[in-house]
Amino acid sequence: MPDSYAAGFSQDAHTETHDPALLHHFAEPQQQRDAASLGMWVFLATEIMFFGGLFCAYLVYRRWYFPDFAAASKSIDATLGATNTAVLICSSLTVVLAVWAAQTARRTLLIVMLVITMLLGLTFLGIKGIEYKDKFEEHHVPGASFSFNNVPVPGHPGEYANPKHAQLFFSLYFVMTGLHALHMIIGLGIFAWLLTMAWKGRFTPEWHTPVEIGGLYWHFVDIVWIYLFPLLYLIDRHP
Amino acid sequence: MYFSIWIALLVFTFITYKAAFIELGRFNAAVALGIATLKATLVALFFMHVWNASEKLTKLVVIAALFFLLLLLGLTMTDYATRPWS
Repeated sequence: MPDSYAAGFSQDAHTETHDPALLHHFAEPQQQRDAASLGMWVFLATEIMFFGGLFCAYLVYRRWYFPDFAAASKSIDATLGATNTAVLICSSLTVVLAVWAAQTARRTLLIVMLVITMLLGLTFLGIKGIEYKDKFEEHHVPGASFSFNNVPVPGHPGEYANPKHAQLFFSLYFVMTGLHALHMIIGLGIFAWLLTMAWKGRFTPEWHTPVEIGGLYWHFVDIVWIYLFPLLYLIDRHP
Repeated sequence: MYFSIWIALLVFTFITYKAAFIELGRFNAAVALGIATLKATLVALFFMHVWNASEKLTKLVVIAALFFLLLLLGLTMTDYATRPWS
């Protein structure tokens, strides 16, 4: 008797109908999606504090050495920075369109949007590479060959920036943009994986969690750049 | 909807870029940071779907993260910005 009871019980458990996209410990798909995005937001909160420390250091030194920071900021190419801002904003648009395509089961659109996002991400890194190359050639990279002599302070004729303080600016510039670029590279890796999943047709309107939280990550990296652009490139540009 | 947010973000980027070359005194930084915050808010609310998040906890996490960031920046600056020798 107990045997047949056990057999019947296990059979019941297996024939019980449920959405294959829904994990057993969630009550409904909406709850499953909310849990995933909540977890991603908690991770992004740690990322905000991660970048926050650098922004804090930047703020303190910018107040202390404002004229030197202004002079150093003027030496980086604001047009390239603005272009990169526009590139990232366009990539954020393609990411929301990718999420929308996944929600509405448009596989081709999803693949196209993921590819465009990755191309825009690579464009960003390419432009960043040009900027870094210029800085290396101008000896603006902190280290033994750093040189920032006789650079005038904007708005103060006859005054020159202190190379030591300018070097601090470039240290912050390279660490902040470098950390941001590292996030972009990781983002490209995530999107390459999303692309293979999308290619195999794994995403459905019921389950496309990776597209959604991968998108959250990409937007976060975009927001960091939205702040880096005015803070690093546009300190004191006017003549 | 997504397209209008995208256009707004591009317009704001252009304004930030142009405003940086105009002499506004101490308001240059205020304009740049104000527009950056506006752009970040648009991205978070509409692209990251915080505006219509079905889970209130998500909004709470976002607000808590910003609160701790402000605590970090605010308390640090109340020290450094009020030192008589700096």
